[in-house]
Amino acid sequence: MSAVPWIILFTPLAAAAVILFVGRHSKPLSAGLAIGSAALGCALSWWLFAQPDPAVPIKFYWMDFGEALQVPIGLAVDRLSKMMLVVVTSVATLVFTYSIGYMKSEEGYWRYFAGLALFLFSMLGIVLADNFVMMFIFWELVGLSSYILIGHYFKKSSAADAAKQAFLVNRVGDFGFLLGILFLWAATGTLVFAELAGKVGDFAQNPIYLTVACVLLFCGTVGKSAQMPLHVWLPNSMEGPTPVSSLLHAATMVAAGVYMLARIFPILEAAPHAMDVIAWIGGITCFAAALMATQQNDIKRILAYSTISQLGYMVLGIASAPMADVSMFHLFTHACFKCLLFLCAGSVIVGMHHEQDIWKMGALKNKMPFTFLAMVAGSLALAGCPLTSGYFSKDLIIAWAVVSHPFLGWLAVATAGITAFYTFRLLFVVFLGKPRDEHAKHACESPPVMLIPLACLAIPSLIAGFPTIEKIFFHVAEPDQVPALLHPALLLLFVGGVALAARLYWNASSDPVCIPFFARRLYIDDGYAWAVKNIQDGGALVLSWADRWVVDLFVVQVPSKLAWACGFVLRFLQIGNIQAYAFFFGAGVVGLLYLLIFR
Amino acid sequence: MSDTQGARPPGISHFAFRISNFPKMPSLANYLIVSGLIFSIGLSGVLLRRNILIIFMGLELMLNAANLSLVAFSRFNLGQDGSLRYNAQVLVFFIITVAAAEVAVGLAIIVALYRARQTTHVEDLDNLKF
Amino acid sequence: MPLALFWIFSALTLAFGLGVVFLRSPVSSAMSLVAAFVGLAALFVTLDAFFIGVVQVLVYAGAVMVLFLFIIMLLDLRADRRRPVKLAAWAGGGMVVGGFISVLSQVVSSLPALQQTKPALADPFVNDVAQVGFSLFRDFNLPFQVIGVLLLVATIGVVVLSRREIK
Repeated sequence: MSAVPWIILFTPLAAAAVILFVGRHSKPLSAGLAIGSAALGCALSWWLFAQPDPAVPIKFYWMDFGEALQVPIGLAVDRLSKMMLVVVTSVATLVFTYSIGYMKSEEGYWRYFAGLALFLFSMLGIVLADNFVMMFIFWELVGLSSYILIGHYFKKSSAADAAKQAFLVNRVGDFGFLLGILFLWAATGTLVFAELAGKVGDFAQNPIYLTVACVLLFCGTVGKSAQMPLHVWLPNSMEGPTPVSSLLHAATMVAAGVYMLARIFPILEAAPHAMDVIAWIGGITCFAAALMATQQNDIKRILAYSTISQLGYMVLGIASAPMADVSMFHLFTHACFKCLLFLCAGSVIVGMHHEQDIWKMGALKNKMPFTFLAMVAGSLALAGCPLTSGYFSKDLIIAWAVVSHPFLGWLAVATAGITAFYTFRLLFVVFLGKPRDEHAKHACESPPVMLIPLACLAIPSLIAGFPTIEKIFFHVAEPDQVPALLHPALLLLFVGGVALAARLYWNASSDPVCIPFFARRLYIDDGYAWAVKNIQDGGALVLSWADRWVVDLFVVQVPSKLAWACGFVLRFLQIGNIQAYAFFFGAGVVGLLYLLIFR
Repeated sequence: MSDTQGARPPGISHFAFRISNFPKMPSLANYLIVSGLIFSIGLSGVLLRRNILIIFMGLELMLNAANLSLVAFSRFNLGQDGSLRYNAQVLVFFIITVAAAEVAVGLAIIVALYRARQTTHVEDLDNLKF
Repeated sequence: MPLALFWIFSALTLAFGLGVVFLRSPVSSAMSLVAAFVGLAALFVTLDAFFIGVVQVLVYAGAVMVLFLFIIMLLDLRADRRRPVKLAAWAGGGMVVGGFISVLSQVVSSLPALQQTKPALADPFVNDVAQVGFSLFRDFNLPFQVIGVLLLVATIGVVVLSRREIK
C-alpha cells in the first residue's frame, strides 16, 4: 500500500531510461513505454485517490549531517497531492496518446517520448515531494525536461533560443526560490513542509524575516509560472511541439508554481504582506497578459498569453482566499480546458500542414468539425460561460479577490471580459469566415488517435465545475460579503466580450484592430533584450579595458620589458677578455673571504 | 751577571740575546704565510701576464701553494697518540695527480687553440665579446 | 738550523715564483717554475713528508714541466713583444693580490694556535711511504680507482683534442 506512490513516481523514470537505450530502433516501443507508464500512473493515482490517507510512506535520509541538516527523501500523500496526481497523470496519458498522431511524421520520435517520460517523472516528484530540497531538485529537473522538449526541433535556431531563454529565465526565479528555502531553513532548521507549518508560530517576533522569505519563495513561482516580469519565456516556449505546449506549458509544469504556493500555504498565511505582493503580481500579470493576447496572430501564442493570464488568476487566488483549494480548483479546471484548447490548436496546425498564423486560416468549421466542437467547449470554459467549469472556478477566485483586494478584484473582472473577447476572436478567425489560404481550403480532420483525447478533455471542461463533482476533490467556500453586482457584471462582460469579438471578427479577412503596444507585448521583450545587450556590452567594455591596461600592462608588458632591459645591461659584462673575468673572480673571492672572516 | 762570565763586547751580548730568543723552528704560521705568498704570486701571474702558457704556469703555482699548506697542517696536527696522520698527504697525492691530468688536457687545448688562431696572446681571444 | 733551512728554501721558492711571473721569455719562466717546484719539494721534506716531496719532484718537476717545455717548443714561442702596459689591468691585479695578502696575514696573526712549532713525534722513525700506501689503499681506495679512471679520461681527451682536422 505504501509502495504505490513510489511506483507511480518511478515508473516514468524507468520508461525514460529504457527508451533512451532502445527507443531509437522502435517507434511503437518508445510510445508504448511512455504511454504505459503514464497510464499505469493514472490508474494507480485514481485508485490512490479513493483510499484514505496512507500511513507514513517509506522515508529515508538522503543527506544526514546530524543536527544541522537532515534532508529526507519522502513522499507526502495527502489530499492536495492526491488530487494533483490525478490531474497530472490523467492529462499526461491523454497528451501522450495524442502525441502518437501528432508526431507521426516528425523527426526525433523516441527522443520526444523519452523527454516526456522524464518530464512526467519530474512533475510527479514535485507533486509528491515532502520537503523543500526534494522539491527543488525536481523543480530543476522539470526545467531541464522543459528545455529538452522545447528544443526538440533544435535545428531551428528559434527553438534552440527559446529553450535557452526558458531555462535561463527560470533560473533567475529559482535563485530567489533557493534563497527563500535557505532563509526558512536558517530560521527553523528543518526543510520538511509539515514541520515548517508547525513552526510558523516562531516567526511572530520577526514578521519581516518571514515576509522576505515568502517573497523569495514566490520568486520561484514567478519564474516557473511565468508571472511578470519573468513571463517572457512562456510564449517563446511555443516553439516546441504542440503536445508539449499543452502538457507542460498549460496544464502541469506552469502550474507547479501554484502548487508549491498551495503546499506552503500555512506559511504564507502568516505573512500578510507577502500575500499582498503575491496578489499584486498575480493581478497585474493577469490583466497585462490578457491585453497582450488580444493582438497576437499566432494560434499558439494567443493561448500562451491566455495561460499567463490564467496563471495570474491562480496566483491571485492563492493570495486572496483563506484556503488554497480555491486556486487549486481553478488549476484543475484550467488544466482540462487549456490542455484541450492546445490540443485542438495542434489538430488545426496538423490539418493546416504546420501553418500557425490565424490570418491564414478560416472556415475550418466544415473541414474539421470535431475539432471545432471541442474548441468551442474549451473556449466556453475559458471565457467563463455560465455552467462550464471555468465559470465556477474563475468566478470563485474573482469573488474572493474582490473581497480581499478590491482594486485587483475589479481588475480581474475586467480581465474576464477581455478573456472572453480574445478567446472568441481566436475561434471566429480560425473556424469561421472564409478560407484565407490554400491550406485552409484543403484541410482535413485529424485521425481518431488525436480526437479521442480531445473528447476526453472536453467532458470535464464542461462539467467538472458542478458542485457535486467539485466537492469530490476540493473543499472550497464562497466569501461572505460578495458585492451583489459581481455576478451580473461578469455575465455581462462575458456576453459583451463575445459580441464584440463577433462584431469585429465574424467575417474579417484581416485584423481590423491594430494596437502595436499590445502586439509588441508591451515592449517588455524588447526592454529585456536592450538591457541584456547593454549590460553585457558595458561589462565587456570594462573587462577589455582592464585586460589591456591592467593585466597586459602590469602582468605581461612590464616583466617582459624589465627582463629585456636587464639582459641588455648585463650584456656589457661579457667583455671577452679572460683576464678581466679572472679579475672579477679573484676580487669576488677576496671580498667574500673578507666578509666571512671579519664580519 | 754577565760581568763575571768573561769579557764580551756589548754588541755581541745583544746579538747573543736576540739569537737565544730566536725560535729555533719554523712555526705553522710561517709555513702558511709562505704558502699564501706563493699563491699570491701565482694569482698575480694569472691576472697580469698575457701569454696563455704563463697564465697556466701561474695556475700550477697556486695549486702547489695549496699543497704546501695541506702538508704543513698534516705535520702540525698530530693524531691522538702523537703519530702523524696521513689524510692530508693522501689528498696532496690526489691533487698532484689531478693537476698533472689537468695540465695535459689544458696544454692540448692550448695547442688546438694555437692551431686555430695562431696566437697565444690572451687579448686576441675575444670571440665571446658582446 | 731547521729555521735557516726553512728561510733559505722559502726565499728560493718565492724568488723563482716571481721569476715565473716577471720574466719575459717563456722558457725562462718554465725553468723558474722548475726551480720553484724543487724548492717546494725541499719544504715538504722539512715537514717530514718525504714521499710527497719525492712525488713532487718526479711528477711536477719531472713530467709536468717537461710537458710545458715540449709545448713551448712545439708552438715555437718567442719572447713577448712589448705591448703597452695597461694601467687598469695592473691596478686591478695589484688590488686583488694585495687584498688577499692582507686578509691572509690578518688571519694568521690573529690565531695563536698557529704560532706553535713543530710538535715532537711519538715515533721519530717516519715510514711515510708505507703509511701513505696503507691510507691510500685502505681508506681511500675508491678515490684511488676513480683517479685511475680520471687519468684514462684525460689521456683520451688529450688524444682527441690534439687531432688535426681530417680535411
